[in-house]
Amino acid sequence: MSARIGVITFPGTLDDVDAARAAARSGAEAVPLWHGDADLKGVDAVIVPGGFSYGDYLRCGAIARFAPVMSSVIDAARGGLPVLGICNGFQILCEAGLLPGALVRNDKLHFVCKDQWLRVENNSTTWTTRYEHGAEVLIPLKSGEGGYVADQDTLDRLEGDGRVVFRYVGENPNGSRNDIAGISSADGRIVGLMPHPEHAIDALTGPSDDGLGMFYSAVDALTPLVTPA
Amino acid sequence: MARVVVDVMPKPEILDPQGQAVAGALPRLGFNGVTEVRQGKHFELEVDDSVDDETLAKIAEGFLANPVIEEWTVRRIEQ
Repeated sequence: MSARIGVITFPGTLDDVDAARAAARSGAEAVPLWHGDADLKGVDAVIVPGGFSYGDYLRCGAIARFAPVMSSVIDAARGGLPVLGICNGFQILCEAGLLPGALVRNDKLHFVCKDQWLRVENNSTTWTTRYEHGAEVLIPLKSGEGGYVADQDTLDRLEGDGRVVFRYVGENPNGSRNDIAGISSADGRIVGLMPHPEHAIDALTGPSDDGLGMFYSAVDALTPLVTPA
Repeated sequence: MARVVVDVMPKPEILDPQGQAVAGALPRLGFNGVTEVRQGKHFELEVDDSVDDETLAKIAEGFLANPVIEEWTVRRIEQ
């Protein structure tokens, strides 16, 4: 049986279809999840995709964090369910307290839309085992509130524990502290990042297929090893 | 009924590029002497008498403000 990866759709979500396509391309079964429905349908992992949930009113991700489906995701994630938050999904995971810190307006106020090089700083999370440590990958970045901030103690802890998963290479596009593009939970099962790996799964439609590694990594972790008889 | 005002401001150590953009525009408009601008949010809530201060604090801290990056104040304006 293939791994079942749930992809949430909130009002205002944009990237659920691409996220589902990326999950399917890596061999998983993509299972649609609806924001108003607390049922996770028995999935093995959840992707919280990008977009502008609930119009990003109040703050990015602040209202989505209280959606019925997120109550289930928060409980399941605390119990070890792997979760990937991409862009608005990363913001939602921070608002939900599943990842530390917050995302704020880009330092130069401009919405950034570009292909961005990232360095893989931690290849031991559920979502990054397919990458080599230190590998540089090209992934689209498209966000207006992508500046990662946290207090100094939190930043020191993230750095010290190796929980910075991706870092921007070259010029920092949004003023993120320590050039942080993505972080993980302490156990590596929850990862959030601002750039969009689901838009980089095929050179025909993206700058690379470098994003696929994240979905393959999850499938590796979720698919039980089958021992031949 | 009471009107409750919740003001939310970015913490001092959080970069406030919106405020900086406003501050940067003031001299171009001919207003000099403003050395810093911080931009925040102002909420006005109409609440009935059953809503106590503890509940208002939960609304402010748990939802209207993100305590990672923002500070907040709650005050009742008697009508």
